Amino acid sequence: MGLVLTIQSRPTLLKFGAESWLPSMVSLSLIREIAPVITALICAGKIASGIGAELGSMKVTEQIDAMEVSAINPYKYLVVTRIVATTCMLPILVFYADFIGILGGFIGYKIHGDITLQLYFSEMIEHVEFLDVFPATIKTFFFGFFIGVIGCYKGFNATNGTASVGVAANEAVVLASLSIFILDMLAAQITDLLV
Amino acid sequence: MVLKGINLTLNKGEDLIILGRSGSGKSVTIKCLVGLVQADKGNIKIFDQEITNLKYDELNNLRVRIGFMFQNGALYDSMSVRQNLKFTLKHHTRDLSEEAIETEIIEALESVGLKESIDKMPAELSGGMQKRIALARALIIKPEIILYDEPTSGLDTITSREISELILDVQKKYKTSSIIITHDMACAKITGNRILILKDGEFIAEGTYTELEKSKDEWVRSFFT
Repeated sequence: MGLVLTIQSRPTLLKFGAESWLPSMVSLSLIREIAPVITALICAGKIASGIGAELGSMKVTEQIDAMEVSAINPYKYLVVTRIVATTCMLPILVFYADFIGILGGFIGYKIHGDITLQLYFSEMIEHVEFLDVFPATIKTFFFGFFIGVIGCYKGFNATNGTASVGVAANEAVVLASLSIFILDMLAAQITDLLV
Repeated sequence: MVLKGINLTLNKGEDLIILGRSGSGKSVTIKCLVGLVQADKGNIKIFDQEITNLKYDELNNLRVRIGFMFQNGALYDSMSVRQNLKFTLKHHTRDLSEEAIETEIIEALESVGLKESIDKMPAELSGGMQKRIALARALIIKPEIILYDEPTSGLDTITSREISELILDVQKKYKTSSIIITHDMACAKITGNRILILKDGEFIAEGTYTELEKSKDEWVRSFFT
């Protein structure tokens, strides 16, 4: 994404003689929006559907009922663990996506221009502030939380039958993806009000 | 409405059979007994304790005294046989050593004649073997009551007989009481002390296999022909 954004934005910034702003523009776009949302959408597709399908399969084969009658709380064992995992891991994935994206931006810049990595990062850091990073990081926790909750909810509510497992997985993806857009919009509004 | 006011008593050491057609409410009956399904009204007493208004932790204190064998086994498919049994046992007896847990697992598997399957995954087992492992998982917590939901469904005649005889052996060895939901007459004949026949959500007949076989009700007799 960083590479593509750099290549696509460069001609426009060049017209205004603002090519030097490219590193900071790309990095801000990535850190604030692109990396969190794209990463969350990919995770919604992979993780929410995986959780929905796995728990849905357990539901229709009565494995969850088997846990209940064995006096094991299935919510503690199956739901809480997954939600904690998605909530904690998504911000880490987003950091990784930020890093790769910024590196891609450097490669994109290097294709047409001549800049060292050190200079590129210096240009980037000069304009990236704590208030750019912090709200973006906080919202990724919410993205991860909702991906986990939605996947688990859809899986646990799969009705009898194998067809419902597919439905649960599909609905988990759709709902998780939609929730990411809504949360992102809310985060933008709240950040705008607070900053 | 699935069940229309049923009265059911299980005596200590008894094997009670609930017979009925598919969709008559048999599975719902035993799921009500362990709180998997909430009854709309009425009383359910397990070990002289009313369960309909129990809190979750209080219900779980009762559940540890009840084993449940599901129709399709319901083994945890991401765990091996050993892990299936260990998972259940560890949640009930937190102060057992690893060696003691392993001993319990082997003893439970020996009870069902499947010690050699200890490291297999459920997908590697046949239907009959999965049911045996499910029974071992129910037995490992040393329950006082075992509920069987269609223990022989989907099995061939020979394997069904083996499962039925295993249920009888388990009852004798572990001195459990049991409720067996089935529409398999051979299983009912082998395992049951007393039979209740469920029709349209109501118990319409009660007695031993021999008594019901000679029932004046044609519909009841039709089970035995």
